[in-house]
Parts: sequence; structure tokens; C-alpha cells
Amino acid sequence: MADLTIEAAGSALAAGELSATELLESVLARASLTEADLHSFLTIDHEGAIAAASASDERLQRGESRGPLEGVPLAVKDNFCTRHLETTCGSQILAGYRPPYDATAVARLRDAGAVLVGKTNCDEFAMGSSTENSAFGPTRNPWNPDRVPGGSSGGSAAAVAVGSVLGAYGSDTGGSIRQPAALCGVIGFKPTYGLVSRYGLVAFASSLDQIGPFARTVVDTVTLFEAVAGHDPLDATSYQGPVPNARPTLAEGVSGLRIGIVRELGGEGYDAEVAAATSAIVDQLADEGAKVSEVSLPSFEVALSVYYLIAPAECSANLARFDGVRYGLRVPGETVEEMMARTRAEGFGPEVTRRILLGTYALSAGYYDAFYGKAQKVRSLLIAEMATVFEQTDVLVSPTSPTTAFELGAKTQDPLAMYLSDVCTIPANLAGTPAISIPIGLDAAGLPIGFQIMAPALGEKVMFQTAAAVEALAGFDARPAMAVSP
Amino acid sequence: MTTAWEPVIGIEVHVELSTESKMFCGCEVTFGGEANTKVCPTCLGLPGALPVANSVAMDWIVRIGLALQCEVFERSVFHRKNYFYADLPKNYQISQFDLPVCRDGWLDVTVGEETRRIGIERAHMEEDTGKSLHQGDGGRIHSATSTLLDFNRSGVPLVEIVSRPDLRSAAEARTYAQDLRNLVAELGVSDARMEAGSIRFDANVSVRPMGTDVLGTKVEIKNMNSFRSLERAIASEIDRQVALLDEGEKIQQETRHWDEEAGATRSMRSKEESSDYRYFAEPDLLPLVFAADKVESLRAGLPELPGDRRLRLEGLGIAPHTARALAHADAQLRGTFEEAVALGAPPMVAANWVAGELTAATRRLETPAILDGRLLFGLIEMTEAGQLSSSAAKEVLVEMLRSGDEAEVVAARLDLIQISDLSALEAAVTEVLNSQPEAVERYRSGERKVLGFLVGMVMKTTAGKADPKLVNELLRRQLET
Amino acid sequence: MPVDIDIAYVARLARLGLSAEELSFYRDQLGVILDHAAKVQEVDTDGFEATAHPLGIVNQFRPDEIRPSLDRDEVLSAAPATEGVYFVVPPALED
Repeated sequence: MADLTIEAAGSALAAGELSATELLESVLARASLTEADLHSFLTIDHEGAIAAASASDERLQRGESRGPLEGVPLAVKDNFCTRHLETTCGSQILAGYRPPYDATAVARLRDAGAVLVGKTNCDEFAMGSSTENSAFGPTRNPWNPDRVPGGSSGGSAAAVAVGSVLGAYGSDTGGSIRQPAALCGVIGFKPTYGLVSRYGLVAFASSLDQIGPFARTVVDTVTLFEAVAGHDPLDATSYQGPVPNARPTLAEGVSGLRIGIVRELGGEGYDAEVAAATSAIVDQLADEGAKVSEVSLPSFEVALSVYYLIAPAECSANLARFDGVRYGLRVPGETVEEMMARTRAEGFGPEVTRRILLGTYALSAGYYDAFYGKAQKVRSLLIAEMATVFEQTDVLVSPTSPTTAFELGAKTQDPLAMYLSDVCTIPANLAGTPAISIPIGLDAAGLPIGFQIMAPALGEKVMFQTAAAVEALAGFDARPAMAVSP
Repeated sequence: MTTAWEPVIGIEVHVELSTESKMFCGCEVTFGGEANTKVCPTCLGLPGALPVANSVAMDWIVRIGLALQCEVFERSVFHRKNYFYADLPKNYQISQFDLPVCRDGWLDVTVGEETRRIGIERAHMEEDTGKSLHQGDGGRIHSATSTLLDFNRSGVPLVEIVSRPDLRSAAEARTYAQDLRNLVAELGVSDARMEAGSIRFDANVSVRPMGTDVLGTKVEIKNMNSFRSLERAIASEIDRQVALLDEGEKIQQETRHWDEEAGATRSMRSKEESSDYRYFAEPDLLPLVFAADKVESLRAGLPELPGDRRLRLEGLGIAPHTARALAHADAQLRGTFEEAVALGAPPMVAANWVAGELTAATRRLETPAILDGRLLFGLIEMTEAGQLSSSAAKEVLVEMLRSGDEAEVVAARLDLIQISDLSALEAAVTEVLNSQPEAVERYRSGERKVLGFLVGMVMKTTAGKADPKLVNELLRRQLET
Repeated sequence: MPVDIDIAYVARLARLGLSAEELSFYRDQLGVILDHAAKVQEVDTDGFEATAHPLGIVNQFRPDEIRPSLDRDEVLSAAPATEGVYFVVPPALED
């Protein structure tokens, strides 16, 4: 049962062939088998989940299903605020913190009848690409526990890959959904900026952060997206227009679609097997009638530099509130200044400290124009370049990550090398455009390879349409050994 | 030869808006109230919370800007101002930087006979901080043992109005501050109560050699709790700077606190980097765009502004100086004037009362002197009828303010009603002349100055209640027939 | 632009109480990252302004309406230290 898709589980629940409680028990059993190796959860809310499943069963029995997520066990990343349920963002500074409110996305999932199983592990405050920066220990890759699951939403990706939940949510600031999805062999989707409310998502970089789902099929991904998307008056950056309706055109195929291969996202630094798998799937798309061409976006060459100025700058302000005054860790000091400085030095791990310092520097007097100010202008240039390319192209494609899952510890001593694993995913965050990663195969070491599809802002329809075609062509149905039911 | 120094003063005003809810969240705006009860994830800076700007506050800052003749930016942006302080929950304040809502306005300020146009550099929107209560020795910051925090005020909408350094004296700065306060109160956008902290003034003071246009090193002064202390603090700071410069010393750029008891400003220690605020555009809020028709509809909704009012008052025959003073007076005082005039008081007389005695009383009492227009009209009626001398009328006014009683009642109680009844006075005059034959003889023989003595005698017999002009006239008439 | 970092100043601005060793460690790492990030300075951005929102939307406001505040006991229960109905912190160093 833990291996059901959301679509299949929904039918079984609606037909009364399965109860939400049975489904929950089955995923909890899966988690109890895999968690010792994986550590994909920071909190499993047994009590809350059992209560939610039982309420769901009552509604199902009364014929009052709230929709496709009724009774479906899901998880959210630990940077989503959950009322009265510990929310740490993988940081010591928030160990034990229980928010007094639910994030909008969480509230919408509860309203949709979903069963919240728990909170997934992540890099501290979503900063990282391997989930090794969690203060509570790393998550491991379900395909090979010596490897990282990617990050920062590594816990959500791993949990979905093994079936500890049928779907999960993460946040994507520079690739934190798509890159772990690629490394764990599941689908990960970052919507257009503004389509999913950020209210209650603990901010990393406000202008880049976006909530999105992990699932094993494109249809499930659409379902999870629709459950949380739509305007929220509590988030001023939330889009007031209609959410693109992707479902009706999912099966339309790619015939006639104009697909652009991004020249800048390939070549040196990319695994040969990743490159080969990417070319192979593009050839298949062309065989299906897509018009494939190579396109160039020169600004993508500096996207990583832009990102590593803008994201830390925003993070330096967003994380200033963790000061030991109103919640979280406090390390005593003689004066309030000393108390704050000690609390923050002790409470934040090295990557967060590094980014706060970097962002503070990039904004400080004398350096703003050369660093942060300049990066913001290059960002606008990149958006303009993408808009021009999308006049002649329906979707852009690339590998999701230059490599498959790397070994734990391989990049922790070299921040720049770690940052480079986000090189393909960052442009969509800078441009606020939708992008999805979909598994297309395994490399020789048995590790998944992800394929990224990018579309223009609010172009979810054509993006999902392409994704559904890729899903059918790739026929990826491998599961990690851990996920095989005993 | 000593240098003559000219003060250069700019004022920064923080106005708390009296909206129903806070600037970026739905918590109620209250003054006082149980600590930490008007707080939510947003104004407490909880992880994940986001701000959404209050639409009424945005309209109100435009009202303020338009009333100050500012240009309203078509596009404006919120910025984060980054600094760590325990009562600033996010450790950044949402404020505005290079794109404020309003800029380049002015306010005309009159002191004595001189009216000067004071430039307004900008008016921008921001959020207030929480309140720190310093525990320990007398609540003083430097000797506190701990600090208690109340976040009810955190996130209350705050408009900061920054003047250009156009003010040239402490008295002018005070008048500017009072006029601005009155204007804001009249717009109905703030309680504007200085004693409650809902309007707060900081001053930037420097001095320069008279006749030059260099800018001296400026000192920021804070902690003035009344208009009087604002004026005193600025005057004291000017004196301090002049004394230092006369000694050949330099002025240090710093922030100083006004110490009301000591009657002097006191240096605050500050860290060198405290001004590196690392402003950047607030990514949680969208740019603000004010369409021209929206701005015009807000302009149309403005009450009569002091400049227009002055012209109207001058049109009623009121002397320019009085008209200016009255035009800028607070709404209470102007209400008194308008009501008295509506009841039939001559505008010039009513204006003189309001801009003169009533305003003076207000200043003496440091609170607005509340006098019903009907009561003022009664007082004017009595003076116009000659029943009260001008000095008696002033005395009656003060007592009316104290008691709230009508002019006639007060005048009778104080026994100040003037005898202007001709037959009663004539009897008193006859009686004095009969009792002073010697003086009468001296007058008639040409010693005219004896008239003064006789007037004094009549005033004495009438216990000072006679109209001296009338007595003079009656004496002359009887002596010369 | 050569990267010159007063790391102690930056750490003070960021209220991070780091040791001398940590400061030097981070200064070196920031140097490497900023060398890479400085690539943005070579891009010609004439005619481009900063991005405000990828969709170009403006003016989202809320009505001036009161919404319920949080329960004070719950708010204070999350705090590391309280005194009565207040949050409490050590005294400020500065006046």
C-alpha cells in the first residue's frame, strides 16, 4: 500500500477498499523499516496523523470526502510552520520550537483532508544541496546510503522515494526541490513564484523561495500542486490570478512543441551518463514530433554568482530574527548584545553562518553597488533574456543536476563545489519561472538521473504536458531496494 | 572680535497613525493596554510570518504628504533597514529608503512678524518598534539590570516626516513642530499626542558663521516630551555648540539626549557602525504605485489647509499676522473662533482673542485651552458693550477657562463689571467734585493736570469699576460748564 | 574588484560572536566565494533595474481590519526568558 500512487490510493479510499487508517499504518510501517538508514524525518507525528486519518475515515464513510487528498499520508519539510508541532528548519537555534500557527500550505492540506505524517529533514534553514547541513544529522540517499539525497529538501525526496509517504512538499530557493528529486529518483516541481503562498514557510531568500511538491507521477504532482496553489491574502507576493489548469492537457503530447536545449547547461563538469541520458530523452521527444533546437542564454553563465549574492543578502536579514529574545535558543550573556551574538554563533551551523556573513558583506556600506546592487540588475537581464528565448521556445530542457548523487562528505569542505551542484536549477528561481525535475533513468552505479523542464512564468500547463510525455517515454519505474515491500 | 553664529535646524517627526489595525498585520492598534496582548506572528517576527501593507495607512500617508505640498511618487518601494535591537522583532525595520511615498514639500511657519517657508524633504511609511522597559535604577538605560519587552506597539504604522535644515531658531523649530502637529491632527490620521508618544520629534542642530552657507557638524537630539522641552533642548544645544566653537573646539557628530531636569543635552555613547543599515528593497512587499486619479481623489478629500485658511481669514478683515497665527492654530482654537463668529462676533475681535489671549493661555497651561465659541461670544459681547475693561476681560477669560462658566457669571463673581451707566457715573462725579472744591478751583484756574487726580478719586469711589475714558469725559464736561 | 573583507566588522554587523579562528576561517572562504561572485561585475547591465517581482505585480494591500491576536500565555511560553507578562533580556550595552 505504501507503494500506491496518490491517484490509486484516492480511488481505493473513495471506493472503500482501503481506509485512511490502514494506509497510514502501512506508510508508518515503511518508515519504521527505512528511517534508521535514511533519517528522512525530523518529526513523525504519530498521534496527530492517527487522529487525522480517523477523521478522514469518518468523512469517507459519510461520503464527505474533501477531494483527491482525502486520507492521503503526506509530509512537509521542517521549514513549514505547523501549529503546536515542532518546527526546527534543521537548526539548533529552533530546537524544540512549536509555532502557534500553521503555514498557509499546511492549512490548505489539512482542509483538503490530507494526513500529515511528519516533518522532513533538510539542510539548516534550507541552505545546502545535500541535507548534510541539518543540525540533527544528514538524510541518506535511498538508492545508496553512502550517498547524499541532495538538498536542501532531501528528507522529503527520500521519504517519497521509499514510500514513507505518498507525496511530500519542500521549498525551492535555488533547486532545493528539483535537485534532491533528481538524486532520489522522484518528481520534484517548483511552481511559478507567487503561485503558492509563502506564509508560514520559514524564509531563506524571500524573492526566490517557493513551495512545491514531490511525487512519483506527473498526475500526482499536479494534484499536490493544486491543493496548495492559489492566492493568499497573507502573502503580498502571492499571485491573484487563476492557477494554470494543467490537468486537461496532460495527455496531449509534445508534437509541434518547440523545445530548447540550453547550451550553457551542459559540457564541462557534467557526468557523461547524465549528458547521454539527457540527449537520449530529447531525441525521443523529437521522434514524438517536438521541434528541438539549441538555444543560448549567456546570462546563465553568471546565474550562480548572482544567486550567491542575492540569496545570502536576503538570508542575512531573514535570519536576523533568531536572536534569543522571543523564541528558540538563548545563550546567556552579560548584555543583550552579547547574548544575541553568542546565541547566533552557537545556534547557527557553518553554512548558515557563512551565508549570513556573505550577505551582510554584500549589503554593507561601500560594497552594495558592486555586489548586491549589481546582482539585482544582472537578475533583470537574465529575466529579459529568458523572456526573449520563450518567444521562440515553449519549454527549455537540461539536466537537473550535473551529476548523480555524490558521496557524503565529498563536498562539505568546498562550499563552491557544493554550490555548483545547483547550476542548472538556479536560473528558474532567479526568473521566478516554473521548472520540474523528472527521473529518466539510472546511471551505471544504479543512481537516478533527473531531467529538468523549464517553462515561462505561469507556463505550468505546457511544462506538465511535456513532463507527462517524458514520463511516458522514459518509463522510469525503478524503486530503491529499500522501498521493496517485505 | 567674536563670530556671530547662525543655528541650522532640521526636524524629524514620527507620527503614529491611528488606523484600526497595525501596518502589516491585523493586530489592533492600541495605546497602553495589557502588555503583549496585541501581537501575532507578523508583528512578533515569528519564523515564517509575512507583512501585508494596510491600505488605509497608505492612503493616510498620501494625505499627509499632500497637506504638506509634497510630490507623491508614482512608484515607491519599501526597504529593510537592518539593525539589531531587542524591541525590533525582526531585527530589521520595514521602512523606506530612496523611494519614499512623498518628497519635496513645504510648510510656512510664522514667528513674530516673519513667515518662512520650511522645506519638507520627504515623508515615508514605516513600522514602529516594541517598547523596552529598562529595569533597575530609575528606569535609566545605562544602569539597568534587565530590560522588559512589550510588543503591543510593534508594527504600528509610523510616518516619518523629515524637514530640510531650514529652521533658524529654537522658537521657529517649536512653531514648526506645533503647526505640523496641528495639521496632522486635523487630517484625522493620528492622535498626535506628544505626551503619549503618538507624535515624536527629534532635532538635528548645527551652527555656522552668520552669512555663510556651509553646514556645520550636526548633532541629533532626542527625548523631548513637550513642545516646550523641544524649544529648550534646541536652545540649550545651540548655546553648547556656540560655546565650544568660541573656545576654538570642534563639534562632534553624535546623538544627544535631552535631560529635562538638568536642562541640558547629554551625550549617548554609540557604536561606530550603528549607521550601516544595509538597506535593500523589501522582497516580501510589492512596489507601491499611486495612480494620478487616486492621488487626486485623496487631494480632493483634504480639509482646508492652513495656507488657504489664512487667505480666507484675511478676507474677513483680520490683520495678516493674526490671520497667519490663527490659520495654523490647532483645531480646538479654530473651532472656538469659527463658532464665535457664526454667533455674530466681529471676526477681527474674535481672531484677536483666539490668536492672542487664548493661545497664550494654551501655552501657559501646556494643554489646549478649551473654550466654547459660545462662551467667547459672551465675553466679546460684554467687552463690546463696555461692561468689562480690557484688563478685566483677560482676568475673566482665565477664570472662564478654569471654571467653564459664562463671562457674565464670572465677571459678576469677580466683581469686575464696569459701570458704564451714565446716570450712576454722573452721580459719582458730582459727589467727587462737591467734596474737592480746592481741586476744582485749581483746574478752573488752568491747572489741567489736576484732572488726573479727580479721575483717580472717581475710580476710587467706584472701586475701579468705572470706565476711565467715560469718567474723564464726564469730569471735563462738568468742570467746563 | 579585489575582495577586501573586514570580517570582524561584518560579524559584528551580523551579531555573530565568532572566535578569531572562526573569523579567519570564514574570511578565507568568503574570499573564494566572492572572487567567483565578482563575475557579475563584468556583465553589462545598462538599462536594467533591480527586479521587484518576477510577474511584475504591484500594490497588494490588506483592508484595515482587526484580526485576532495570539494568546499571550502561548506567545510567552515559547520565550527563553520572561518576567510577568513581558519578555526579558539582559541590559543593553549602549545608552
